[in-house]
Amino acid sequence: MARTKLEKIPVREQEPKVRAANFDEVCLGYNLEEATAEAERCLGCKKPKCVEGCPVSIDIPGFISHLKEQNVEKAFEVISQYSSLPAVCGRVCPQESQCEQKCVRGVKGDAVSIGKLERFTADWAEAHNIHPVLSCEPKHKKVAVIGSGPAGLTCAGDLAKAGYDVTIFEALHEPGGVLVYGIPEFRLPKKGVVEPEIENVKRLGVKIETNVIIGKSVTIDQLFEEEGFQAVFIGSGAGLPKFMGIPGENANGVFSANEYLTRSNLMKAFDDHYDTPIYQGKKIIVVGGGNVAMDAARTALRLGAEVHIVYRRSETELPARAEEVHHAKEEGIIFNLLTNPREILTDETGQVTGMVCAEMELGEPDESGRRRPVEKKDSDFTIAADMVIMALGTSPNPLISSTTKGLEINRRKCIVADEANGQTSRKGVFAGGDAVTGAATVILAMGAGKAAAKGIDAYLSR
Amino acid sequence: MYPILKKRRLSDQIYYMDILAPRTARSCQPGQFVIVKIDEAGERIPLTICDYDRAQGTVAIVFQTVGASTKRMALLEEGDSFRDFAGPLGCPSELIHKTPEELRQMNLLFVAGGVGTAPVYPQVKWLHEQGVKADCIIGARNKSLVILEQEMKQVAANLYVATDDGSYGFHGNVNDQIKELVQNQGHTYDLVVAIGPLVMMKFVSILTKELQIPTVVSMNPIMVDGTGMCGACRLSVGGEIKFACVDGPEFDGHLVDFDQAIKRQAIYKTEEGRALLKLQEGKTHHGGCGQCGDHEHNGNATNDSIHNKTGKINTDNNADIKNSSNSNGNTKNSPNSNDNIKNNSNSTCNADNTIHNDAHNRKEAH
Repeated sequence: MARTKLEKIPVREQEPKVRAANFDEVCLGYNLEEATAEAERCLGCKKPKCVEGCPVSIDIPGFISHLKEQNVEKAFEVISQYSSLPAVCGRVCPQESQCEQKCVRGVKGDAVSIGKLERFTADWAEAHNIHPVLSCEPKHKKVAVIGSGPAGLTCAGDLAKAGYDVTIFEALHEPGGVLVYGIPEFRLPKKGVVEPEIENVKRLGVKIETNVIIGKSVTIDQLFEEEGFQAVFIGSGAGLPKFMGIPGENANGVFSANEYLTRSNLMKAFDDHYDTPIYQGKKIIVVGGGNVAMDAARTALRLGAEVHIVYRRSETELPARAEEVHHAKEEGIIFNLLTNPREILTDETGQVTGMVCAEMELGEPDESGRRRPVEKKDSDFTIAADMVIMALGTSPNPLISSTTKGLEINRRKCIVADEANGQTSRKGVFAGGDAVTGAATVILAMGAGKAAAKGIDAYLSR
Repeated sequence: MYPILKKRRLSDQIYYMDILAPRTARSCQPGQFVIVKIDEAGERIPLTICDYDRAQGTVAIVFQTVGASTKRMALLEEGDSFRDFAGPLGCPSELIHKTPEELRQMNLLFVAGGVGTAPVYPQVKWLHEQGVKADCIIGARNKSLVILEQEMKQVAANLYVATDDGSYGFHGNVNDQIKELVQNQGHTYDLVVAIGPLVMMKFVSILTKELQIPTVVSMNPIMVDGTGMCGACRLSVGGEIKFACVDGPEFDGHLVDFDQAIKRQAIYKTEEGRALLKLQEGKTHHGGCGQCGDHEHNGNATNDSIHNKTGKINTDNNADIKNSSNSNGNTKNSPNSNDNIKNNSNSTCNADNTIHNDAHNRKEAH
């Protein structure tokens, strides 16, 4: 059947029933033929709206034009000028609300699948051993980057490309931040995607020192005074889990999504060859409606549980990406919407047995613009469960702000930094990503890392 | 990689290691902990720092072999390396914020339970270096589990050793010894620092509350990252949720909800897990699983929990050496010490419910 150019080339995925029982990647991506056909749909706009929608301003029509000619190497070269993590971004960026939302094709029909094309280009380059190249003179100036998540890797990569001597300090034993501890294997493979992109950053000359907790092992002041760093970028993320404060929350079987996902992703507890255990219930409630809630729910499902998402608003307010919600439903996650947890029930050993919830209805819009959920009177009911995962969001870790003199934070414990260049209240110290904004997306963190790299370059070139 | 420069066996199952970790050695303080990981597949194991040498760049750890990971750790020799060694983590002891003059005016008593002697040692040593005298009780189930006695003697003003079975020193648990000192011998103390098994810290805290002596305990619950990220180590202190890794590990013993902490310690110890272990190991399981220890002799059994899905045996992550001896001051005094723990008469692990369940509430290494 002939396909009109109004429709995008569909991307191949693992069957829901099959993938619900494995940790392999859900989306299989385009092959060269599919990628070329999809690239053909790009109109190559003179004033490309898509680029405006990209937090790191990738020359999207530029790289796609090379794909049309099946010159993937050239396409990769174009992307690499803007992004250090294209294989990651092609997978986890919310393109539907960024580049693809602005695509002119989307006015009538489907937008060009920019994310899938980016992913294809990066995967092809890795498979063909093509890596970004360094082409500048060393500046002999040392910059410390704290945290090896998307913000830190981007900032470090850009600074290395500009000739700086960059060291990343990572608190955990593996670099990657949320890319390795937070986002599951089935969305973002570690060996095949994250590790090669980190290797590419290292190829630019960036050093990564793991197991260093800035604020504990060494302070920012010491980095300046004792180790000769001339600028510091803080990209330490938002790692502290929130809890609801309802009765029973410290019961056995109640976990933060961070803990559950860290055990599964970073410590690879789902894999028999690794020592770290993971507690696995048979019927699990995940509280929350964001991407992290979807990740936790889909991980629990793969470990063999019946999984319920409990969320106090309705489906339209779910903060998770549409694609994630769609995948979760396909795999068999049960959504208990307009449901608000009130208490976690336990047996005499302190083990979770269920959750008392109230039914909600939507009232007037609140300050976030979303309709405020209001409890229905006398609507309490109990959902039986032997495990609860709290996915309520995270806040920045105070380890650094509390040990660095003169670093201003706001009332949400976020570091105050200039959006344009990452400059904080402390001279020579820059910050970006979730540590500044609170929990957000990979690409926004990368955008902030990029802005800060420019800010640091300007500061050190003065 | 973090090489092992020195290895010493302190008792049958307790090992001491000096690890080359210059960054940690440079900045660590008494009361803080580290997280070690043997290799790629290993767990992150929290261990309280036992000693450090800033000049040499070494940090000393002490651990008891109670689970799969610590058994693997014990196989490492001088010249071998840990893949990961992160720290220092947690807040230092509050005492380091006081001036030597202030400290010299205080009567301090440290109460160390079993392998908990290891994290007590650097505190008493640090005080000694400031010219501050502190008394110390080392409690253990029997003589063979008393560790670091000579080292402690060098730094403590008065050292009291108490064994549950009377095989060495004072016959009785640490609470009996505290009562002896305070009620019979007329010692007065302004602060007690108790580090050992959860149940020991619980009953020491109950006693010192009666005696009206402020008490600090060091908590080391299950944790993953140790930087405040996972929330596994949360506990109730005075009705508030605290994370042991960043808010502690030291807390006011009179405010800690020990019963909840004891329950939480058992998260990875499921009945199913025991059943699965039995299935896997059959009759050979008893005492030979590496998880149970030798009940008859030292009851240092531990975390026999299991990965429900994969059948993975837990785990030394929550393995707190300081919590593994039976010097807990409660097996005699309180029949309720195990009341939160399910006894499973079918379990191959429960040859001796009193000792074993008790031991199962402890961790192996801080």
